[in-house]
Amino acid sequence: MSSKNQKADPLIQINNLKIEGFSDEQWHPIIKGVNLTLKRGQVMGLIGESGAGKSTLGLAAMGYTQPGCRITDGEIIFDGTDLAQLNDSAKQQYWGNRMTYVAQSAAASFNPAHRLIDQTTASAIRFKIKNESDAKKDAKRLYEALNLPNPESIGDRYPHQVSGGQLQRVMTAMAMSPRPDLIVFDEPTTALDVTTQVEVLTAMKSIVEEFNTAAIYITHDLAVVAQMADVIKVLRYGNEIEEAETRKMLTAPEQDYTKSLWSVRSLEKKPAKVQEPILEIQNIDAAYGKFKVLHDVNISVPRGSTVAVVGESGSGKSTTARVITGLLPQLAGEIKFDGQILPKRLEDRTKEQKRIIQMIYQMADTAMNPRQTVREIIGRPLEFYLNLKGREKEKRILELLDMIELDDQFIDRLPSELSGGQKQRICIARALAANPKFIICDEVTSALDQIVQEGILKLLMRLQKELNLTYLFITHDISTVRAISDEVVVMNLGEVVEQGLKADVFSPPHPDYTELLLSSVPEMDPDWLKNLNERRNS
Amino acid sequence: MHPVLQTVLGRLGLGLATLFVVSLIIFSAIEMLPGDFGQAILGQAATEETVAAFRRELGLDEPPYVRYLQWVGGAIQGDLGTSFSGRNASGTDRSREVIDLIAPRLWNTLFLASVTAIIAVPVSLFLGITSALYRNSVYDRTINTTTLTTISFPEFFVAYILILLLASLYPIFPSLANVDASTPLSERLYRSALPAFTLTLVIVAHMMRMTRAAIINLLASPYIQMARLSGASQTEVILKHALPNAWAPIATVIAFNLAYLVVGVVVVEVVFVYPGVGQLMVDAVTSRDIPVVQGCALIFAVTYILLNLIADIIGIITNPRLLHPK
Repeated sequence: MSSKNQKADPLIQINNLKIEGFSDEQWHPIIKGVNLTLKRGQVMGLIGESGAGKSTLGLAAMGYTQPGCRITDGEIIFDGTDLAQLNDSAKQQYWGNRMTYVAQSAAASFNPAHRLIDQTTASAIRFKIKNESDAKKDAKRLYEALNLPNPESIGDRYPHQVSGGQLQRVMTAMAMSPRPDLIVFDEPTTALDVTTQVEVLTAMKSIVEEFNTAAIYITHDLAVVAQMADVIKVLRYGNEIEEAETRKMLTAPEQDYTKSLWSVRSLEKKPAKVQEPILEIQNIDAAYGKFKVLHDVNISVPRGSTVAVVGESGSGKSTTARVITGLLPQLAGEIKFDGQILPKRLEDRTKEQKRIIQMIYQMADTAMNPRQTVREIIGRPLEFYLNLKGREKEKRILELLDMIELDDQFIDRLPSELSGGQKQRICIARALAANPKFIICDEVTSALDQIVQEGILKLLMRLQKELNLTYLFITHDISTVRAISDEVVVMNLGEVVEQGLKADVFSPPHPDYTELLLSSVPEMDPDWLKNLNERRNS
Repeated sequence: MHPVLQTVLGRLGLGLATLFVVSLIIFSAIEMLPGDFGQAILGQAATEETVAAFRRELGLDEPPYVRYLQWVGGAIQGDLGTSFSGRNASGTDRSREVIDLIAPRLWNTLFLASVTAIIAVPVSLFLGITSALYRNSVYDRTINTTTLTTISFPEFFVAYILILLLASLYPIFPSLANVDASTPLSERLYRSALPAFTLTLVIVAHMMRMTRAAIINLLASPYIQMARLSGASQTEVILKHALPNAWAPIATVIAFNLAYLVVGVVVVEVVFVYPGVGQLMVDAVTSRDIPVVQGCALIFAVTYILLNLIADIIGIITNPRLLHPK
């Protein structure tokens, strides 16, 4: 091959790749014959829902398969070598050298036993790309380029001593340290708060541009991928749906599936009639041990409406829910429900007071006993609160299943036999079984794919109308808030920043924190990040 | 004060508290033993007055709490009391200090335990790490099966098999391990070889399997995948990325087995006629020599607590979250 056209050569060429995974005693296809071409310096976004095979494909581009997976067919040609034909020790010569990886959870992906700088520079030193002191100097320079605080000394810390957003940037520095030809980013900002996400995205984008590194960016978040990628490939069930240049993909997707992904956020709620408050939280202070987490919190929830509580991790939104339910007795202040003051401690509340407030959790998985069938899970509150037994109970369980749009056959299933969305529906049915007036939804859709999220949100809205329910909807996801809420409460560091009607909170002028939060939510515009940073820097 | 030092001091305090509770338990357990030393020594024919006089002489007529305080007070100063045996009613007292009885035996026991530990711990770690490294290979399966086999047989059986093989059929080592204070070191090592070998076979399986399990358990962590994707070889992944995070469980199981070497090897001592502290204690129980039984039990308790304390401290100092707080 002549050196003249080397530039035009693809860095990676994946041909008809098939990967299988082993589970339930047999091999299942995960990737069903996908092609992928990536040029030097190009950034490709891989998007799709869970189970689409995007992480598997991203790792396969490095020639890596997770334990329990195998490549059954196809080629992965990286710079002229078919990685699929190499054994592990041959591939080790590429990993950490010509290709690197940035994982989703930086907190779990750094070895807790070693200092950050040693982990950052390990690959570059191992492959003799740089000697130790040069590698460390370079790492510090990368830390600085990635806007990490104290770039000279932050590397001397251990992973648990820095925050999640900082770790994610250190991991980007680690990926960049050997100056690879390819970086695979696997959902690198999914676990971060939006305001942190902006910083990390900016840092990653600028460093990838600076060194003209090719990258594969895996995510389920379209707005994020729009900022990073030159081209976008959409995957579903291990097949490619379509691939196009980013702007074209955003404005004119060709396939119906892609269009459905794009349109999820079109959900809109008709504003509820403003009624008198059903729940009033007044001047609440709360603490875990000596650590005070809520400071003088006031929230009022009108009957029959949805009040969304938004905030980042550590803002105190879940703690507020724990105080309302009595799981964490407040230090000061009171909670009025229907004009009645609720006892602080759960133990002091009557059965009736417990019945009218129910809760739905983020992790439907862990909120259900894995050994109980749907019948037992939904039947328990029916028996406990309403004394229903035998045929009456059975009838009511079936009614509830019908309400959450699942048919009768689900009654004997175990949680492990349900999909993520179905599990969350069962949790909703369990909450409804108590005939509550008020339901606290704590991040109920954040563990779900977008299309499944939409189904759950629609169901919650329908149930609200039919049963005149009031929701306190805790979330960090602004687009969910826009979709379903009547009123919005913004919380930060244990304080309420503002509360008001959705239209008021979302239209300027904003308090500073609300402004920061709202402006950090990625938009489906490839120039959004650039424009945002220009605005913030000016 | 560094938080690790604080934790370590806290653990030390807890260890002392445990020791206090254990001393109470030892004392009351022995208090509840059936039979009476005076009666046993003097025989059925002795009159009640003689027995009472004998009991008075030994201080057995004092109320339990006084005797407990005397015992604990003495133990703190290194005085475990005087053995009951060797006394008789006739007046001549040939009894010995408990400490003089226990000390040479304890020295023998510690010697055997150390020799075994010096062989068994590195061997277990090596086998555990390599079998994790070559997981599910023929090597791994062979190691697992062999160690499981040796741990499954009773100790005396292993001991007799070794005697049969290495003392009888191929007379390399002596079958009797009778050592005393005058035995020179090389001779001592030679005579202790078979008991040490037996004990090694008994304890290796546990430590080796725990090492293997602790490492394999970590191999599923995201940071191990990350290490592989940074080009680390399998050996580097295990030694540099998994092992440093696996010390706490490994240290615990090693401590447990070392404690067993001190307190639980009476069967092996009997088979090889090795004069260790286990035999001493069994003999003392038979002859109702209460001060000796109490002394042995207390030393066993100290061994257990001390070794577990060390394992705890290893767990703390190998945990960067504790060693380098935020």
